[in-house]
Amino acid sequence: MTFQSLLTLSLGAILVENFVLVRFLGICPFLGVSKKMNTALGMGMAVIFVMTLSSAATWAVEHALLQPLKLDYMRTVVFILVIAAFVQVVEMALKRFVPALYSALGIYLPLITTNCAVLGVAVINSDNATGFLESVLFSFFAAVGFTVAIALFASVRERLEHSDIPAPFEGFPIALVTAALISMAFMGFSGLQVF
Amino acid sequence: MKRYLSILKDGLIRQNPVFVLLLGMCPTMATSTSLSNAIGMGFAATLVLICSNLFISLLRKIIPDKIRIASYVIVIAGFVTLVEMLVTAYFPDIAESLGVFLPLIVVNCIILARAEAFASKNTPMAALADGLSMGLGFTLALCVMSFIRELLGSGALLGNTVLPEGFPRTLILTSPPGGFLTLGCVIALMQFILRKQKGKGAAS
Repeated sequence: MTFQSLLTLSLGAILVENFVLVRFLGICPFLGVSKKMNTALGMGMAVIFVMTLSSAATWAVEHALLQPLKLDYMRTVVFILVIAAFVQVVEMALKRFVPALYSALGIYLPLITTNCAVLGVAVINSDNATGFLESVLFSFFAAVGFTVAIALFASVRERLEHSDIPAPFEGFPIALVTAALISMAFMGFSGLQVF
Repeated sequence: MKRYLSILKDGLIRQNPVFVLLLGMCPTMATSTSLSNAIGMGFAATLVLICSNLFISLLRKIIPDKIRIASYVIVIAGFVTLVEMLVTAYFPDIAESLGVFLPLIVVNCIILARAEAFASKNTPMAALADGLSMGLGFTLALCVMSFIRELLGSGALLGNTVLPEGFPRTLILTSPPGGFLTLGCVIALMQFILRKQKGKGAAS
Protein backbone atom coordinates (compact mmCIF):
# COMPACT_ATOMS: atom_id res chain seq x y z
CA MET A 1 0.00 0.00 0.00
CA THR A 2 1.48 3.32 -1.06
CA PHE A 3 1.44 6.48 0.98
CA GLN A 4 -0.87 8.09 -1.54
CA SER A 5 -3.57 5.46 -1.31
CA LEU A 6 -3.28 5.52 2.47
CA LEU A 7 -3.89 9.26 2.44
CA THR A 8 -6.88 8.89 0.12
CA LEU A 9 -8.34 6.15 2.33
CA SER A 10 -7.89 8.12 5.54
CA LEU A 11 -9.26 11.42 4.21
CA GLY A 12 -12.16 9.57 2.63
CA ALA A 13 -13.14 7.78 5.83
CA ILE A 14 -12.60 10.73 8.18
CA LEU A 15 -13.85 13.72 6.20
CA VAL A 16 -15.59 12.97 2.91
CA GLU A 17 -17.64 9.98 4.04
CA ASN A 18 -17.67 10.62 7.76
CA PHE A 19 -19.38 7.65 9.41
CA VAL A 20 -21.66 9.66 11.66
CA LEU A 21 -22.38 12.81 9.71
CA VAL A 22 -22.56 11.50 6.16
CA ARG A 23 -23.25 7.76 6.40
CA PHE A 24 -25.51 7.92 9.48
CA LEU A 25 -23.83 5.11 11.38
CA GLY A 26 -23.35 5.29 15.15
CA ILE A 27 -25.88 8.07 15.73
CA CYS A 28 -27.07 6.67 19.09
CA PRO A 29 -23.75 7.08 20.97
CA PHE A 30 -23.12 10.28 18.97
CA LEU A 31 -26.25 11.83 20.47
CA GLY A 32 -26.19 9.90 23.75
CA VAL A 33 -22.72 10.46 25.18
CA SER A 34 -21.82 13.85 23.73
CA LYS A 35 -22.92 16.13 26.56
CA LYS A 36 -19.38 16.40 27.99
CA MET A 37 -16.06 16.53 26.20
CA ASN A 38 -14.43 13.95 28.50
CA THR A 39 -17.05 11.28 28.03
CA ALA A 40 -17.19 11.97 24.30
CA LEU A 41 -13.44 11.43 23.98
CA GLY A 42 -13.64 8.30 26.15
CA MET A 43 -16.33 6.87 23.90
CA GLY A 44 -14.31 7.82 20.82
CA MET A 45 -11.21 6.01 22.09
CA ALA A 46 -13.23 2.92 23.00
CA VAL A 47 -14.78 2.89 19.52
CA ILE A 48 -11.38 3.24 17.81
CA PHE A 49 -10.04 0.38 19.90
CA VAL A 50 -12.94 -2.02 19.40
CA MET A 51 -13.73 -1.18 15.78
CA THR A 52 -10.16 -1.69 14.56
CA LEU A 53 -9.69 -5.01 16.33
CA SER A 54 -13.19 -6.37 15.71
CA SER A 55 -12.92 -5.66 11.98
CA ALA A 56 -9.79 -7.79 11.96
CA ALA A 57 -11.72 -10.52 13.80
CA THR A 58 -14.75 -10.41 11.49
CA TRP A 59 -12.49 -10.38 8.41
CA ALA A 60 -10.70 -13.47 9.68
CA VAL A 61 -13.94 -15.27 10.54
CA GLU A 62 -15.45 -14.45 7.15
CA HIS A 63 -12.45 -15.65 5.16
CA ALA A 64 -11.51 -18.62 7.33
CA LEU A 65 -14.96 -19.95 8.21
CA LEU A 66 -17.88 -18.54 6.28
CA GLN A 67 -16.47 -18.55 2.76
CA PRO A 68 -14.83 -22.02 2.78
CA LEU A 69 -17.97 -23.54 4.32
CA LYS A 70 -20.30 -21.58 1.99
CA LEU A 71 -22.16 -20.11 4.94
CA ASP A 72 -22.29 -16.56 3.58
CA TYR A 73 -25.96 -16.20 4.47
CA MET A 74 -25.05 -16.54 8.16
CA ARG A 75 -22.99 -13.36 7.94
CA THR A 76 -25.20 -11.07 10.02
CA VAL A 77 -25.66 -13.61 12.83
CA VAL A 78 -21.98 -14.54 12.98
CA PHE A 79 -20.71 -10.96 12.81
CA ILE A 80 -22.89 -9.74 15.66
CA LEU A 81 -21.86 -12.74 17.75
CA VAL A 82 -18.18 -12.15 17.03
CA ILE A 83 -18.52 -8.48 17.95
CA ALA A 84 -20.48 -9.18 21.15
CA ALA A 85 -18.03 -11.87 22.25
CA PHE A 86 -15.08 -9.70 21.28
CA VAL A 87 -16.32 -6.77 23.35
CA GLN A 88 -16.67 -9.10 26.35
CA VAL A 89 -13.14 -10.44 25.89
CA VAL A 90 -11.71 -6.94 25.51
CA GLU A 91 -13.50 -5.85 28.66
CA MET A 92 -12.15 -8.78 30.68
CA ALA A 93 -8.64 -8.44 29.28
CA LEU A 94 -8.50 -4.72 30.00
CA LYS A 95 -9.81 -5.24 33.53
CA ARG A 96 -7.12 -7.83 34.20
CA PHE A 97 -4.08 -6.38 32.45
CA VAL A 98 -4.57 -2.62 31.96
CA PRO A 99 -6.76 -1.43 34.85
CA ALA A 100 -5.98 2.22 34.14
CA LEU A 101 -7.37 1.99 30.61
CA TYR A 102 -10.29 -0.09 31.89
CA SER A 103 -11.36 2.54 34.36
CA ALA A 104 -11.25 5.12 31.58
CA LEU A 105 -13.13 3.12 28.92
CA GLY A 106 -14.97 0.57 31.08
CA ILE A 107 -18.46 2.00 31.09
CA TYR A 108 -18.45 2.60 27.32
CA LEU A 109 -17.45 -0.89 26.29
CA PRO A 110 -20.81 -2.68 26.79
CA LEU A 111 -22.53 0.11 24.87
CA ILE A 112 -20.38 -0.57 21.83
CA THR A 113 -22.02 -3.92 21.08
CA THR A 114 -25.12 -2.09 19.90
CA ASN A 115 -23.18 0.68 18.16
CA CYS A 116 -24.22 0.18 14.57
CA ALA A 117 -20.96 1.66 13.28
CA VAL A 118 -19.07 -1.43 14.46
CA LEU A 119 -21.32 -3.92 12.69
CA GLY A 120 -21.71 -1.45 9.83
CA VAL A 121 -18.01 -1.28 9.09
CA ALA A 122 -17.78 -5.09 9.14
CA VAL A 123 -20.64 -5.39 6.65
CA ILE A 124 -19.23 -2.63 4.42
CA ASN A 125 -15.81 -4.32 4.37
CA SER A 126 -17.43 -7.63 3.54
CA ASP A 127 -19.60 -6.08 0.78
CA ASN A 128 -16.60 -4.36 -0.79
CA ALA A 129 -14.51 -7.55 -0.42
CA THR A 130 -11.44 -5.57 0.59
CA GLY A 131 -8.17 -7.20 1.66
CA PHE A 132 -7.16 -7.63 5.29
CA LEU A 133 -4.88 -4.62 5.67
CA GLU A 134 -7.22 -2.31 3.81
CA SER A 135 -10.24 -3.47 5.86
CA VAL A 136 -8.48 -2.89 9.16
CA LEU A 137 -7.13 0.51 8.10
CA PHE A 138 -10.53 1.59 6.78
CA SER A 139 -12.14 0.60 10.10
CA PHE A 140 -9.47 2.46 12.04
CA PHE A 141 -9.96 5.65 10.04
CA ALA A 142 -13.75 5.33 10.15
CA ALA A 143 -13.51 5.15 13.96
CA VAL A 144 -11.20 8.17 13.97
CA GLY A 145 -13.87 9.94 11.92
CA PHE A 146 -16.44 9.00 14.56
CA THR A 147 -14.19 10.42 17.28
CA VAL A 148 -13.62 13.67 15.37
CA ALA A 149 -17.36 14.10 14.88
CA ILE A 150 -18.31 13.34 18.49
CA ALA A 151 -15.55 15.61 19.85
CA LEU A 152 -16.67 18.52 17.64
CA PHE A 153 -20.28 17.93 18.62
CA ALA A 154 -19.48 17.73 22.35
CA SER A 155 -17.57 21.00 22.28
CA VAL A 156 -20.59 22.75 20.73
CA ARG A 157 -23.03 21.10 23.14
CA GLU A 158 -21.02 22.21 26.17
CA ARG A 159 -21.60 25.78 25.07
CA LEU A 160 -25.26 25.18 24.26
CA GLU A 161 -25.92 24.55 27.95
CA HIS A 162 -25.57 28.23 28.69
CA SER A 163 -27.39 29.66 25.72
CA ASP A 164 -30.95 30.86 25.41
CA ILE A 165 -32.97 28.37 23.37
CA PRO A 166 -36.65 28.62 22.30
CA ALA A 167 -38.66 26.42 24.67
CA PRO A 168 -39.85 23.73 22.19
CA PHE A 169 -36.27 23.26 20.95
CA GLU A 170 -34.80 22.64 24.40
CA GLY A 171 -32.88 19.42 24.88
CA PHE A 172 -32.86 16.97 22.03
CA PRO A 173 -34.15 19.08 19.08
CA ILE A 174 -31.46 21.75 19.41
CA ALA A 175 -28.83 19.01 19.54
CA LEU A 176 -30.18 17.64 16.27
CA VAL A 177 -30.16 21.06 14.63
CA THR A 178 -26.55 21.50 15.79
CA ALA A 179 -25.69 18.12 14.31
CA ALA A 180 -27.33 19.24 11.05
CA LEU A 181 -25.09 22.31 10.94
CA ILE A 182 -21.94 20.27 11.60
CA SER A 183 -23.04 17.78 8.97
CA MET A 184 -23.54 20.66 6.53
CA ALA A 185 -19.98 21.79 7.20
CA PHE A 186 -18.75 18.27 6.45
CA MET A 187 -20.59 18.32 3.13
CA GLY A 188 -18.08 20.91 2.11
CA PHE A 189 -15.51 18.12 2.01
CA SER A 190 -17.37 16.19 -0.67
CA GLY A 191 -15.44 16.27 -3.88
CA LEU A 192 -12.22 16.65 -1.94
CA GLN A 193 -9.48 14.87 -3.84
CA VAL A 194 -5.92 14.39 -2.79
CA PHE A 195 -4.27 14.36 -6.16
CA MET B 1 -59.37 -5.98 23.89
CA LYS B 2 -59.07 -2.64 25.65
CA ARG B 3 -55.55 -3.58 26.69
CA TYR B 4 -54.49 -4.26 23.11
CA LEU B 5 -55.93 -0.94 21.94
CA SER B 6 -53.94 0.80 24.63
CA ILE B 7 -50.76 -1.03 23.53
CA LEU B 8 -51.43 0.05 19.96
CA LYS B 9 -51.92 3.68 20.96
CA ASP B 10 -48.73 3.57 23.05
CA GLY B 11 -46.62 2.41 20.13
CA LEU B 12 -48.08 4.80 17.59
CA ILE B 13 -48.21 8.00 19.60
CA ARG B 14 -47.66 8.12 23.35
CA GLN B 15 -44.52 5.97 23.33
CA ASN B 16 -43.56 6.43 19.68
CA PRO B 17 -40.14 4.76 19.45
CA VAL B 18 -38.57 7.50 17.34
CA PHE B 19 -40.26 10.76 18.34
CA VAL B 20 -40.74 10.05 22.06
CA LEU B 21 -38.36 7.26 23.10
CA LEU B 22 -35.62 8.52 20.73
CA LEU B 23 -34.55 5.02 19.69
CA GLY B 24 -33.40 3.78 16.30
CA MET B 25 -31.95 7.06 15.10
CA CYS B 26 -29.56 5.70 12.47
CA PRO B 27 -32.09 3.98 10.20
CA THR B 28 -34.56 6.83 10.77
CA MET B 29 -32.22 9.38 9.27
CA ALA B 30 -30.52 7.21 6.69
CA THR B 31 -33.60 5.67 5.10
CA SER B 32 -36.03 8.57 5.21
CA THR B 33 -34.78 10.22 2.03
CA SER B 34 -37.69 8.78 0.05
CA LEU B 35 -41.09 7.43 0.98
CA SER B 36 -40.55 4.05 -0.69
CA ASN B 37 -37.31 3.48 1.27
CA ALA B 38 -39.07 4.45 4.48
CA ILE B 39 -41.94 2.04 3.89
CA GLY B 40 -39.53 -0.78 3.01
CA MET B 41 -37.41 -0.18 6.09
CA GLY B 42 -40.47 0.25 8.31
CA PHE B 43 -42.06 -3.03 7.26
CA ALA B 44 -38.79 -4.98 7.41
CA ALA B 45 -38.19 -3.76 10.97
CA THR B 46 -41.83 -4.38 11.94
CA LEU B 47 -41.64 -7.97 10.74
CA VAL B 48 -38.45 -8.59 12.72
CA LEU B 49 -39.93 -6.88 15.77
CA ILE B 50 -43.14 -8.96 15.73
CA CYS B 51 -41.28 -12.26 15.29
CA SER B 52 -38.57 -11.52 17.84
CA ASN B 53 -41.07 -10.24 20.43
CA LEU B 54 -43.21 -13.34 20.00
CA PHE B 55 -40.30 -15.76 20.25
CA ILE B 56 -38.61 -14.06 23.17
CA SER B 57 -41.90 -13.98 25.04
CA LEU B 58 -42.41 -17.70 24.37
CA LEU B 59 -38.88 -18.44 25.55
CA ARG B 60 -38.92 -16.03 28.47
CA LYS B 61 -39.00 -18.78 31.12
CA ILE B 62 -36.27 -20.83 29.44
CA ILE B 63 -33.65 -18.13 28.77
CA PRO B 64 -31.29 -17.83 31.76
CA ASP B 65 -31.17 -14.34 33.18
CA LYS B 66 -27.40 -13.90 32.91
CA ILE B 67 -27.09 -14.47 29.20
CA ARG B 68 -30.44 -13.01 28.21
CA ILE B 69 -29.06 -10.10 26.15
CA ALA B 70 -26.86 -12.43 24.10
CA SER B 71 -29.81 -14.78 23.59
CA TYR B 72 -32.04 -11.91 22.44
CA VAL B 73 -29.39 -10.76 19.98
CA ILE B 74 -29.17 -14.25 18.46
CA VAL B 75 -32.96 -14.52 18.08
CA ILE B 76 -33.09 -11.06 16.51
CA ALA B 77 -30.14 -11.76 14.20
CA GLY B 78 -31.82 -14.94 12.99
CA PHE B 79 -34.99 -13.09 12.00
CA VAL B 80 -33.01 -10.26 10.42
CA THR B 81 -31.21 -12.78 8.21
CA LEU B 82 -34.59 -14.21 7.21
CA VAL B 83 -36.02 -10.79 6.36
CA GLU B 84 -32.81 -9.82 4.55
CA MET B 85 -33.15 -12.87 2.29
CA LEU B 86 -36.86 -12.25 1.66
CA VAL B 87 -36.34 -8.59 0.76
CA THR B 88 -33.36 -9.38 -1.49
CA ALA B 89 -35.38 -12.06 -3.28
CA TYR B 90 -38.70 -10.26 -3.75
CA PHE B 91 -37.83 -6.54 -3.58
CA PRO B 92 -34.30 -6.26 -5.00
CA ASP B 93 -34.68 -2.50 -5.65
CA ILE B 94 -35.48 -1.78 -2.02
CA ALA B 95 -32.68 -4.08 -0.84
CA GLU B 96 -30.31 -2.15 -3.11
CA SER B 97 -31.28 1.27 -1.80
CA LEU B 98 -31.42 0.24 1.88
CA GLY B 99 -27.94 -1.30 1.46
CA VAL B 100 -26.05 -1.80 4.68
CA PHE B 101 -29.04 -0.73 6.78
CA LEU B 102 -30.89 -3.96 6.05
CA PRO B 103 -28.49 -6.22 8.00
CA LEU B 104 -28.11 -3.40 10.52
CA ILE B 105 -31.69 -3.95 11.73
CA VAL B 106 -29.94 -6.31 14.19
CA VAL B 107 -28.53 -3.36 16.11
CA ASN B 108 -31.67 -1.24 15.87
CA CYS B 109 -32.09 -0.35 19.53
CA ILE B 110 -35.91 -0.40 19.29
CA ILE B 111 -35.93 -4.17 18.83
CA LEU B 112 -33.56 -5.01 21.68
CA ALA B 113 -35.26 -2.44 23.91
CA ARG B 114 -38.71 -4.00 23.36
CA ALA B 115 -37.32 -7.49 23.95
CA GLU B 116 -35.80 -6.41 27.25
CA ALA B 117 -38.51 -4.05 28.45
CA PHE B 118 -41.67 -5.78 27.23
CA ALA B 119 -41.42 -9.22 25.63
CA SER B 120 -39.38 -10.76 28.46
CA LYS B 121 -42.07 -9.85 31.00
CA ASN B 122 -45.34 -10.35 29.13
CA THR B 123 -47.49 -13.06 27.54
CA PRO B 124 -46.89 -13.98 23.88
CA MET B 125 -50.13 -12.33 22.68
CA ALA B 126 -49.34 -9.04 24.41
CA ALA B 127 -45.75 -9.19 23.12
CA LEU B 128 -47.07 -9.75 19.59
CA ALA B 129 -49.36 -6.72 19.91
CA ASP B 130 -46.51 -4.66 21.31
CA GLY B 131 -44.21 -5.67 18.45
CA LEU B 132 -46.88 -4.74 15.91
CA SER B 133 -47.65 -1.37 17.50
CA MET B 134 -43.98 -0.40 18.02
CA GLY B 135 -43.18 -1.48 14.47
CA LEU B 136 -46.06 0.56 13.08
CA GLY B 137 -44.98 3.49 15.24
CA PHE B 138 -41.49 3.24 13.74
CA THR B 139 -42.97 3.00 10.23
CA LEU B 140 -45.20 5.99 10.91
CA ALA B 141 -42.24 8.07 12.12
CA LEU B 142 -40.20 7.08 9.04
CA CYS B 143 -43.11 7.97 6.76
CA VAL B 144 -43.60 11.38 8.38
CA MET B 145 -39.87 12.13 8.03
CA SER B 146 -39.60 10.91 4.46
CA PHE B 147 -42.86 12.64 3.43
CA ILE B 148 -41.38 15.98 4.48
CA ARG B 149 -37.94 15.26 3.02
CA GLU B 150 -39.05 13.85 -0.31
CA LEU B 151 -41.83 16.37 -0.91
CA LEU B 152 -39.82 19.48 -0.08
CA GLY B 153 -36.43 18.13 -1.12
CA SER B 154 -37.17 16.68 -4.54
CA GLY B 155 -40.80 17.71 -5.03
CA ALA B 156 -41.93 14.13 -5.42
CA LEU B 157 -43.78 11.40 -3.53
CA LEU B 158 -42.99 7.72 -4.10
CA GLY B 159 -40.91 8.83 -7.08
CA ASN B 160 -43.77 10.70 -8.82
CA THR B 161 -43.27 14.43 -9.22
CA VAL B 162 -46.10 16.26 -7.45
CA LEU B 163 -44.90 19.82 -7.01
CA PRO B 164 -44.94 22.06 -10.12
CA GLU B 165 -41.66 22.66 -11.97
CA GLY B 166 -41.32 26.27 -10.83
CA PHE B 167 -41.61 25.40 -7.13
CA PRO B 168 -38.17 25.75 -5.52
CA ARG B 169 -36.70 22.47 -4.21
CA THR B 170 -34.98 22.53 -0.84
CA LEU B 171 -32.15 20.22 -1.87
CA ILE B 172 -30.53 20.23 1.57
CA LEU B 173 -33.42 18.12 2.93
CA THR B 174 -32.54 15.06 0.87
CA SER B 175 -28.85 15.29 1.78
CA PRO B 176 -27.49 14.07 5.16
CA PRO B 177 -27.90 17.35 7.13
CA GLY B 178 -31.58 17.33 6.17
CA GLY B 179 -32.09 14.16 8.21
CA PHE B 180 -30.89 15.79 11.42
CA LEU B 181 -32.74 19.01 10.64
CA THR B 182 -36.09 17.37 9.85
CA LEU B 183 -36.00 15.15 12.95
CA GLY B 184 -35.03 18.10 15.15
CA CYS B 185 -37.92 20.20 13.82
CA VAL B 186 -40.48 17.38 14.09
CA ILE B 187 -39.52 16.66 17.72
CA ALA B 188 -39.58 20.39 18.51
CA LEU B 189 -43.08 20.57 17.02
CA MET B 190 -44.20 17.63 19.16
CA GLN B 191 -42.77 19.24 22.30
CA PHE B 192 -44.54 22.48 21.36
CA ILE B 193 -47.91 20.70 21.04
CA LEU B 194 -47.39 18.72 24.26
CA ARG B 195 -46.51 21.91 26.12
CA LYS B 196 -49.68 23.64 24.86
CA GLN B 197 -51.81 20.69 25.92
CA LYS B 198 -50.21 20.67 29.35
CA GLY B 199 -50.76 24.43 29.66
CA LYS B 200 -54.44 23.95 28.83
CA GLY B 201 -54.75 21.12 31.34
CA ALA B 202 -53.24 23.28 34.08
CA ALA B 203 -55.50 26.23 33.26
CA SER B 204 -58.72 24.22 33.38
